[in-house]
Amino acid sequence: MMGLSSHWLADAAAGLANDMSDASFWMPTQASDQASRVDSLFDFILWLSVFFFVVLMAATVRFAWKYRQKSPNQRTSPVKHNFKIEFLWSAVPTVLLVVIFAWGFNDFTALSATPSNALNLRVVAKQWAWTVSYPQLDRECTPTIDPVSGTQATTFYLPANQPFTVQLSSDDVLHSFWIPAFRVKKDAVPNRYTGFTVTPTVPGSYHLFCAEYCGTNHSRMEGTVEVLNAEDWAKFLSKEDERCKLDLKAPNYGEKLFAKYGCAGCHSVTEDRATVVGPGLYGLPGREESTSAGKVVADDDYLRESIVYASKKIVSGFEGKQMPSFEGRLSEQEIGALIDYIKGLDGHENDGGPTNDDKNE
Amino acid sequence: MATTTVEGVEHGHGHAHEVDFYKESHGLKSWLFTLDHKRIGIMYLVGTLTAFMIAGILALIFRAELLTPQIDLLVNAANPNFQEAASLGRDLYNKLFTLHGALMVFVFIIPVVPAALGNFFLPLMLGAKDVAFPRLNLLSFYIWVLGTAILAVAVLAGQLDTGWTFYTPYSTTKGVGPVVLANLGAFVLGFSSILTGVNFIVTVHKMRAPGMTWNRMPLFIWALYATAVIQVLATPVLAITLLLLVAENVFNIGIFNPAMGGDPVLFQHFFWFYSHPAVYIMILPAFGIISEVISVHAKKHIFGYKAIALSSVAIAIISFLVWGHHMFVSGQSEFAGALFSFLTFAVAVPTAIKVFSWIATLYGGSITLNTPMLYGLMFLFTFTIGGLTGLFLGALSTDVQLHDSYFVVAHFHYVMMGGNVIALLAALHHWYPKMFGRMYNETHGKIGAALVMIGFNLTFFSQFMMGSRGMARRYAEYQPEFQPYHIASTIGAFILGLGLFFTLFYLVRGLFKGKKVGANPWGAVSLEWATQSPPIMHNFHDTPHVDSDPYNFPEIDHSRATGGHH
Repeated sequence: MMGLSSHWLADAAAGLANDMSDASFWMPTQASDQASRVDSLFDFILWLSVFFFVVLMAATVRFAWKYRQKSPNQRTSPVKHNFKIEFLWSAVPTVLLVVIFAWGFNDFTALSATPSNALNLRVVAKQWAWTVSYPQLDRECTPTIDPVSGTQATTFYLPANQPFTVQLSSDDVLHSFWIPAFRVKKDAVPNRYTGFTVTPTVPGSYHLFCAEYCGTNHSRMEGTVEVLNAEDWAKFLSKEDERCKLDLKAPNYGEKLFAKYGCAGCHSVTEDRATVVGPGLYGLPGREESTSAGKVVADDDYLRESIVYASKKIVSGFEGKQMPSFEGRLSEQEIGALIDYIKGLDGHENDGGPTNDDKNE
Repeated sequence: MATTTVEGVEHGHGHAHEVDFYKESHGLKSWLFTLDHKRIGIMYLVGTLTAFMIAGILALIFRAELLTPQIDLLVNAANPNFQEAASLGRDLYNKLFTLHGALMVFVFIIPVVPAALGNFFLPLMLGAKDVAFPRLNLLSFYIWVLGTAILAVAVLAGQLDTGWTFYTPYSTTKGVGPVVLANLGAFVLGFSSILTGVNFIVTVHKMRAPGMTWNRMPLFIWALYATAVIQVLATPVLAITLLLLVAENVFNIGIFNPAMGGDPVLFQHFFWFYSHPAVYIMILPAFGIISEVISVHAKKHIFGYKAIALSSVAIAIISFLVWGHHMFVSGQSEFAGALFSFLTFAVAVPTAIKVFSWIATLYGGSITLNTPMLYGLMFLFTFTIGGLTGLFLGALSTDVQLHDSYFVVAHFHYVMMGGNVIALLAALHHWYPKMFGRMYNETHGKIGAALVMIGFNLTFFSQFMMGSRGMARRYAEYQPEFQPYHIASTIGAFILGLGLFFTLFYLVRGLFKGKKVGANPWGAVSLEWATQSPPIMHNFHDTPHVDSDPYNFPEIDHSRATGGHH
């Protein structure tokens, strides 16, 4: 214990020096389009707060000094209220607060836009590491284990100036995907997809943290985001590059799983949508299905639910046919790959992009 | 002029100093079975302050750990397996902050002002002999003891390491037992609050002294009344959560557990539907204290009585509609996020009105800068920072960055400690002579206040700075770049601890060595000062009659033009 803590002052000084080089007083480096938006509002609220705080404290100190008791029979003002002042100090904050609300809401919605050129990322959280995969690419960044501390850290790569869309899910408990330099954060929730879209703007490496408490090694659930310029990104995409290479070839990974878990035994995947035992899957994604639980649109959440809990929403006409439960049998990556495969069957959705429409409430 | 008259007792002429409620009866039994609201209040005070001290010491331990980025203080150096030792150290850290939060929130802050000070002063300030249901009052104390015991067992025996929020599914991964028990503890404690709340509501409605109209009630009573309404309405939701947790596990129906198809975010909705109003249970009574302390020590009529009273009620109502602002990044829909953000800003307006009114009360006063007043002014400083930093968290886009960071931790402590605890310290000094019939040492009081002011701000202001820059909360270990802020925060915490222990020392010393005081050392005009210090068993010899409001000080110069409306 003493060995570790004896240099803490020197470490602290070094930390401070390092820290002052590339950040504002309140915020870390701005490395995304959202960062400048968030910081503008932050600064607006900050200076508004500083103004009000200084005015209020100046009045407090002035009154406390000017009206201090100088003699025991000092008389005091009979003022009890003043409608004009009270109206003013109710109305002015109300207007300012509405402005702050609208500003914050406007920038918040920017995170849920899904531009067509976005790079899709599928992020799976699991105690205590992140797995980041690229459904459109032959890549999956998995955690590496530190041989000394035993903790896991994940490094993943993004091109600068291209938006990326994250689809988050969790294999166990709640986690939260936070990149402070991008000013983005979203909880990873089991059994549900969440996500956001943002554009990195400055090449460099940035911290990824888990922000939602998740148990023993919560503080060690780390990662690094490497934002690459166009040249480096092209290098990353080249066949020779070994970073984040998948073990299973991406194009038929889902197909292999589809076979491995016996799905093909009951579900046809051909254009004729033949019924083998269960409903055919060709063209299913995005279609409206009538089920035992009413009409549903077959989005990612529906597909995942039907894989994991098949009996929850049974397609009309297939009542009484029991699909085995895959609850607890598939990893998040596998479910994701299966959904991508189903979405790619009709040829024009084969980018496998996750939908990010936040319709889950 | 002060025209509140208490027949027979005024100016202390009518009766000689009589046996006070401490000396009315003797022995442990006379305390354990007492129905006297003052004795029950004292028992609550001792209990809640003990919890505060334990939870505070826990905080000092983990602040010491956070001096360095690596886990080291909490690591068993004898363990040859480094990885295992570090994991156990992190586990211990997680348990420490869980126990700190659970004790502080559920055992200390929620009950301390209503149950301890409210019990002692509500009947006195209303001119009543006791609360409406004295037996229920004693029962609520023992339910508080039971709830504290259940919570302690849940956290200690259940090795709870979930944080005070008990979020599923993490909290149920090691079996549902500890989290059910912890929720049960929180609910039993809440049930104690319900009984206190019902008691206060009835007492305020039915037992005000003759002449005390609603608009002549001290603002502390208004605040306790608004608090009581929240206690009665919000706490049952905890019971529903508890039943759902039990039902999920007994009948195997998926409610919160994703493995059974449940929704863990639903738990957050339930948790915050109680716990957000609970934040106002914690802060509203503090507002009441500040109204009393500032007006009495400035000898000024409180500014905007009706605005302050009604804003308490407005806050109580809106507080039920803002819980979703804890969940902006949880996956809750954006539409819900927008509504909750808007309503959150709506609650800021009545809060701002109160702060403005307190500062305006100082205008034209005759201000004594004694310890209670210094804590009152300190409250204006720290609570204003707490309130203003809430704006960053209420706005959606900035909250995305700040949520679950040390910025939130700092904001919460500026509101809860800078608000509630600083107000509690103001109240303890303000009402100390009334409760104990003696005075603490004023010089000691000022030294303590200075230490608390420096320590508190050093501890928590540095946390704002690291939070917005990327320091996540509930981290046993952190990136080296955050260390300077952590060092400042830890040094601050120990100064704060020193200040609070010093305060404990001179307040206890004052019980034995303090100078004896009369009925009304501050020259206040509310009813609790119209009886002797400490009060007699039945509070007043004769029923007091009220024909003025509680801020009508004799120093007020009614001949002066006010320039405002009357």
